[in-house]
Amino acid sequence: MKTTDERIPKSDIELNRSDFVSDQMVKWCPGCGNHAILNSISQLFPRLGYKKENYVVVSGIGCSSRFPYYVSTYGFHGIHGRAAAIASGMKIANPSLSIWVNTGDGDSMAIGGNHFIHAIRRNIDMTIMLFNNQIYGLTKGQYSPTTPMGAITKTSPYGTLETPFNPAELVIGAQGTFFARTADNSPKDMSNILEEAALHRGTAVVELLQNCIIFADKTHAMVTGKEYREENQVFLKHGEPLLYGKDRNKGIRLNKLRLEAVEIGKNGITIDDILVHDQYEQDPIIQLMIAKMAPPHLPMAVGIIRAAKAPTFDRLVDEQIEAQKAKSPIKCVDDLLNSGDIIEIK
Amino acid sequence: MDKRVINLEQVVVKFAGDSGDGMQLTGTLFSEAAAKAGNDLATFPDYPAEIRAPQNTVAGVSGFQVHIGKNKIHTSGDHFDVLVAMNPASLKANLKWAKRGATIIVNEDAFEEKALEKAGYASNPLEDGSLDAYQVIKAPVSRLTKESLNDTDADTKTKDKSRNMFALGIILYLFNKGLESTFEYLDEKFGKNPKVAGYNKLVLEAGYSYAYHYEMIHSTIQVEPAKLAKGKYRNVIGNVATAWGFMAAAERSGRPLFLGSYPITPATDILIELSKHKSLGVKTFQAEDEIAGICSAIGASFTGSLAITTTSGPGLSLKSEAIGLAVITELPLVIVDVQRSGPSTGMPTKSEQSDLYQALFGRNGECPCIVIAASSPSDCFYAAYEAAKLSLEHMTPVLLLTDGYIGNGSQLFKIPSVKDLPSIQPPIATANDPNYKPYRRNPETLARQWALPGTPGLLHRIGGLEKEDVAGNVSTDGANHEKMVHLRDEKVQRVANYIPRQEVEGDPEGDILVVSWGGTYGAVHAAVNELRRQGKKAGHAHFKYIMPLPLNTAEILGNYKKIVVCELNNGQFVNYLRMTHPQFSYEQFNKVQGQPFLVEEIVTHLTDGE
Repeated sequence: MKTTDERIPKSDIELNRSDFVSDQMVKWCPGCGNHAILNSISQLFPRLGYKKENYVVVSGIGCSSRFPYYVSTYGFHGIHGRAAAIASGMKIANPSLSIWVNTGDGDSMAIGGNHFIHAIRRNIDMTIMLFNNQIYGLTKGQYSPTTPMGAITKTSPYGTLETPFNPAELVIGAQGTFFARTADNSPKDMSNILEEAALHRGTAVVELLQNCIIFADKTHAMVTGKEYREENQVFLKHGEPLLYGKDRNKGIRLNKLRLEAVEIGKNGITIDDILVHDQYEQDPIIQLMIAKMAPPHLPMAVGIIRAAKAPTFDRLVDEQIEAQKAKSPIKCVDDLLNSGDIIEIK
Repeated sequence: MDKRVINLEQVVVKFAGDSGDGMQLTGTLFSEAAAKAGNDLATFPDYPAEIRAPQNTVAGVSGFQVHIGKNKIHTSGDHFDVLVAMNPASLKANLKWAKRGATIIVNEDAFEEKALEKAGYASNPLEDGSLDAYQVIKAPVSRLTKESLNDTDADTKTKDKSRNMFALGIILYLFNKGLESTFEYLDEKFGKNPKVAGYNKLVLEAGYSYAYHYEMIHSTIQVEPAKLAKGKYRNVIGNVATAWGFMAAAERSGRPLFLGSYPITPATDILIELSKHKSLGVKTFQAEDEIAGICSAIGASFTGSLAITTTSGPGLSLKSEAIGLAVITELPLVIVDVQRSGPSTGMPTKSEQSDLYQALFGRNGECPCIVIAASSPSDCFYAAYEAAKLSLEHMTPVLLLTDGYIGNGSQLFKIPSVKDLPSIQPPIATANDPNYKPYRRNPETLARQWALPGTPGLLHRIGGLEKEDVAGNVSTDGANHEKMVHLRDEKVQRVANYIPRQEVEGDPEGDILVVSWGGTYGAVHAAVNELRRQGKKAGHAHFKYIMPLPLNTAEILGNYKKIVVCELNNGQFVNYLRMTHPQFSYEQFNKVQGQPFLVEEIVTHLTDGE
């Protein structure tokens, strides 16, 4: 299923990390999870092997959206929430570009929600890196659409009253073809997952569980913290059973219409009872159930939840144009102007 | 039967019926036939916002006016000579626009009690003498349409729907026009369904022959072909001409054409037209909303396309923030606003010129844009071409204002050859240029260079945050910001060096200068001609370039004793002139009814009290 886009030209020289480091000072807070993500990307771009000048990084507004300034590629820092719409125009207009969208949970789940779901629905070939720290960082600590219900923030001094979005559910609900989840403190997994996202043809969304040390420190700690990780995370691998726990003796079983956590060896449970992950399955129903798993009753799934194959919008546009070019007698604007009912005065 | 032929220089015909009666199509087909016969023409479709308003009500009347002539036609006409009224409501809604002695063709069958009542008639106007001043042709259109299809297997619905063809047949006979162009149209439209084409032809011929045999029609009307310059012509609708102008600009500039748009009346036809031309490589993107429409276009522009977004008033409001982004990133982008009545949803199918302030000022920050306006349906082609050229060459957004009247209206269009249009040379940066900087400028135009992703050696990052002059790094330095504000403004002001001088039609100096802009050209032009016929020394300055104004604007304004600015709003252009040229005093004539100017109301206003 992994294919590079042959429309994007490959680099004829070997590139390395330093080729993608920009000369701009990185102005994120010390200890911000964004640094690790930036590092991951500057290592991944040379590995993907496209020409340096064919990468375009696009963003909206927010801390994470300063990303384009910090990578040495073509970059576009847009306006609040609109990165996916800007990126859509870029890829449709010029499919020879590798398009990367940086966005935060406030940026793309709130003000940009509409563009986010429609880019996904169309399956435009781009990778969306969703920095989810469950807070508005750059505007200094207001709750976002992913902030847990009841959280105390600047704009919810008595606790939020809103049900948060689960980004995975939103993406799969919008008929997304690729969704993965990873954390800013797992650099190796993150790097591999972003690579798979880049090789997926269509809109690939990677939710990056990112820590904002100033306004929402440790918001993901129950899942990503070192002391909780083994018990509260299940790392997905295609074709392998959903196992977790320090001794890898815990697993996820599909019991009737629900997922449940079980222990191998207890109550007659064997490895054969454990659900085997299929990221390529077209029907998203089980992937959706996996996406919704969360502590305390279930571990949270990280890794690639869904990677289904589907035609991309940008390629369909190109194919339609080629078909019409082959078929139509109108080859230039003069042909068009002179077609139909013409009166000639001699 | 030989009938007298009356030769007329010009005639106005109005088709009116229920929305759903096919009056827009009938009007279009009549104008096509007139164009084919070499008449100059202008059309005006005027229809309700509802798709199928309640039958037989005045609110549901859909109209299409056609003005044809042997001389240059400038407007769709104030009053009609001939009315086709398919029901009592359409007679009721239109009779006030009839010329003295006008010919009124009614579908007699529709004048039954219930319909009369719904239209608000206390008695039947066909019988109570209220139409005595007109020549009324009472044709049983519904009955004869059915009868003409009796020998076919057409169903009742088809029989009902074909009534408009019967009316068209009568009109084509009345105007000595052949049936050929309509036959051709029907063959093309129903190519896959020749049976239906056949029904329509039968009804059309039935209408034609009814008129031929009908004794009440003593004469037919002949409008000689217009004396047009040599060349090829066609009838063109404004919105279609806009689309073609952009395609021509894309071809001439070598830039791929990208349209990101969201459907909105009355702008949607530009999107519809462009989406037909995939064979020319046009990429159209029907976005999820107005904001995505413009943002996708900005993305396409960044990557090297001639990028367009089209909308109407309320949609332009939604695009404001993104226009600011295009201004600060200094990317080419054309924003078309086909104006309609506002504010808010206003009157979607009615025309107005009230978005000028929004085009000039409707954004946060110091945010200058080039603003130009098309003056007629065929001028939409050139205005679109010019908007694209200015945007690409000066690296800044252009707002192109048209309106519902000229966007939906049609006119004879002399077909140009793309190679004869002015060249378009966008400042594309060359690969590996060691001197490339994102905000280094052409010293003449102040345009920055366009460095396209995929080009080696030009990597850069732009965006909505203020950038340091030349270098393009994010900067919050106050002095730099002020400098950038001035540079962006000066860049737009300098466009004045690249646009034509303002022309005046009529007397170059004298008593009165009538000023107009946009889609009112035809009406104001005709009104000024009338003033001059009455012996006034009058000039007409019609502005196509609004921001910046032509360099000689002050010179022209100073040549007359009185300046009157006519516009379909509360006085937006006149106030703009008061701001830019405060040394003159201005009078204004405004109309805000969702309807175009009548020539006579401008004349009356200008001569009032004299």
